[in-house]
Amino acid sequence: MASLNDYLLVSGLLFAIGLAGVVVRRNIIVVFMCLELMLSAANLTLVAFSRFHPAANGLPDYNGQMLVFFVITVAAAEVAVGLAIIVALYRARQTIHTDDLTSLKG
Amino acid sequence: MPSYLFWLFSVIMLVGGAAVIAFRNPVASALSVVACFVGLAGLFIGLSAFFVGVIQILVYTGAVMVLFLFIIMLLDLKDEEKTAKPLGPIAAGIGLVAAFTMQLIGVLSHSPNTTAPALDAQTFTAAATGFPVSSKIAANLLNGKLPDVHLIGHTLFTQYNLPLQILGVLLLVATIGVVVLSKRQAD
Repeated sequence: MASLNDYLLVSGLLFAIGLAGVVVRRNIIVVFMCLELMLSAANLTLVAFSRFHPAANGLPDYNGQMLVFFVITVAAAEVAVGLAIIVALYRARQTIHTDDLTSLKG
Repeated sequence: MPSYLFWLFSVIMLVGGAAVIAFRNPVASALSVVACFVGLAGLFIGLSAFFVGVIQILVYTGAVMVLFLFIIMLLDLKDEEKTAKPLGPIAAGIGLVAAFTMQLIGVLSHSPNTTAPALDAQTFTAAATGFPVSSKIAANLLNGKLPDVHLIGHTLFTQYNLPLQILGVLLLVATIGVVVLSKRQAD
């Protein structure tokens, strides 16, 4: 049986991978996918705590899984809006490389 | 869940995650995210969160990643150039991951470790007294099954009714926002 710390370690590693992807990659779509990885790592933590700290009646704590449900729904909406913004950006600039997007640079 | 299944799904998830960064082709990256999410759904189901595991497959790997693939193919992106790869961001990324992992291991070595509490027929029978005798939840619990979807629905519509409706408004706003954003601007 895997213990709580095993789950937390695995989800922390997934979060670290997502963070590294956001810093390293220059393609804005891949950066966006790495953001999704970080959200999913947080979801894994929530589900692990819901299983390992049961509610008063002994069943898994469903408040944690509610939060996962809401996170997944908001993430789906966020992906739709974010990809629309990326498409609009590509139409305006013909690029999605973060190195080429320097309008705000002083 | 047996230990070997936990490590199998964890390795699928972490290798998929690492492949997202390693591949240069965005399509390969998107397919690696799919592999990563399949492993994650396996972990969810191993944690007895069946509904969340199925939603992870349906919503994330089914809908979200297909949307990503659509956009990648719509924009017709070329692979990143092989040469100009600045060392600064790579060093920063590796340093961040190393610092984060060391901190994680430090915290986890001091935090109390627990094993999963039993989810057996005895727990279910005790929990069934909290629900009306004629309800489906109680019947399933007395049969020794975890009515995961029923319990989530029960929690969602009794304790989280207002957030659920706000979420509906959010989805409507997102839909309208996407239509407005993707409409070609009049020149």
